[in-house]
Amino acid sequence: MPENQKQSIHTKQDASAQAGASQKGVMGWVEDRFNLGGMKSFITHKQVPLHRHSLWYYLGGMTLFFFVVQVTTGILLLFYYRPSAESAFESVQFIMTEVRFGWLIRSIHSWSANLMVAGAFLHLFSVFFMKAYRKPREMTWVSGVIMLFLAMGFGFSGYLLPWNELAFFATKVGTEIVAVVPLVGKALMEFLRGGEDVTGATLTRFFAIHVAILPAIFVSLLGFHLMVVQVQGMSVPPGVEKKEKSLRYMPFFPNFLLRDLLGWIIALGCLVAIAALFPWELGVKADPFASAPAGIKPEWYFVFMFQTLKYIPARLWIVDGEIVGVLGFGLIAAAVIFVPFIHKKTDHPKTNRIFNLIGVIAIIYIIVISAISYMSVE
Amino acid sequence: MAKKETPTGAQESKKAGDQITLSRRKLINILLGSGIATTFGAVLFPIINFLIPPRIREAVQSSVVAGKVGELQPNSGKIFKFGRKPGILVMNQQGEYRAFSAVCTHLECTVQYRSDFKHIWCACHNGHFDLAGKNISGPPPRPLEAFKVDIKGEDIIVSKNL
Repeated sequence: MPENQKQSIHTKQDASAQAGASQKGVMGWVEDRFNLGGMKSFITHKQVPLHRHSLWYYLGGMTLFFFVVQVTTGILLLFYYRPSAESAFESVQFIMTEVRFGWLIRSIHSWSANLMVAGAFLHLFSVFFMKAYRKPREMTWVSGVIMLFLAMGFGFSGYLLPWNELAFFATKVGTEIVAVVPLVGKALMEFLRGGEDVTGATLTRFFAIHVAILPAIFVSLLGFHLMVVQVQGMSVPPGVEKKEKSLRYMPFFPNFLLRDLLGWIIALGCLVAIAALFPWELGVKADPFASAPAGIKPEWYFVFMFQTLKYIPARLWIVDGEIVGVLGFGLIAAAVIFVPFIHKKTDHPKTNRIFNLIGVIAIIYIIVISAISYMSVE
Repeated sequence: MAKKETPTGAQESKKAGDQITLSRRKLINILLGSGIATTFGAVLFPIINFLIPPRIREAVQSSVVAGKVGELQPNSGKIFKFGRKPGILVMNQQGEYRAFSAVCTHLECTVQYRSDFKHIWCACHNGHFDLAGKNISGPPPRPLEAFKVDIKGEDIIVSKNL
């Protein structure tokens, strides 16, 4: 046997020895080439802590599930949707009336979008109260909050795409608010609108943002978010950490993942039921020269901001009230992103209580203000 | 044969021995597996159906105004819209109107009237049709579908031979 051939046999044997017992079949083939042993042992060793707050661990996965539904139904809608002022409304109408299961796919896309944002909000608050953002998970929080904002961007841009009356005027108002931002506001509004007014140019822009730009950014952040969650594992709330010296654990694979799966199947069932029983309406085609109908409202997750802007007086000292409102929300958004860096002393019960109180006030404020807005319109 | 039978026989007896302990797990696996498979089926069914393009309902057009009297000179032709497909209206040298489907019977190109040939010609693969629509040269396998031509006042009305 030539020397080099002998050597190659040796290295082969070494490789298979490294990968453990060499397997046959497809798995063996993959294993020989990619050495998945490390990943496999990582997955089998990963554990999920069990305590009375463990239920909240499922919210992230639930939000992820709704995102997967969004990607799937979104790609499907792309097969028939036509992004132009002349044919957008008609193409959605076509999807809902002519395409087999089109009404269902579109209704699921709209409902799942709302459930995804709701899931993300709940996930955010649960992580906030469990102080899961503390070291070393600061960047998980930051990426998560940015993803929530992107999800709201998805909602805002997607709302316009059917080109109906409500969406048209909601987009007009929504983009008008951007113009309030000092210095860059006007330019930013024109950039968003693709001109001075909401026109077909706005529609193609929002379409590009909705199906290309936002997904690209979102998926990269999601990849990072999921990776660090896997690497660092689930955070245990400080209270639980102190009380329970010996925590019980559940293997992530397959125990936790199967529970996730069960949750997703239930979510899918509920989603399809809601989408079928309460099909998302299409409304009337947008007419840029018609006057705005009554009851123009943004999606529910923008309503509390919308209502707040109404309460701020037109003039505050020497500045426009609107500017104060918009900048205020900008500051709050920035503060939410940087929570892990603002609240560092998470082992102090006093600061914990202050932050919990801020969280509770925020939830109450959002609910009450939104409720007032909805009741005042009816 | 005997050699083959022994191991399978042994396996079978081993299976039979394990059956009491395995059956519950097996049953659960079958139930779970078929449940997941059904769920996937229920998800895939609407997706696949969604992707199948719906038939666009179309009013069956049996006649159309192909042009106005005086629009065509002898030895000339024009293309007109007949439903979703093109048709060709020709005035021969004697001043008679003829109308055909303009879809070439070879590979569905749209044919044209060549006044130099004095007949219909398809540019794609050099197919020739005479003024009765008959394929006379080139690759077309069949004659063009002929339509009926009527003149009502100023309108030249082309209709399908039903």
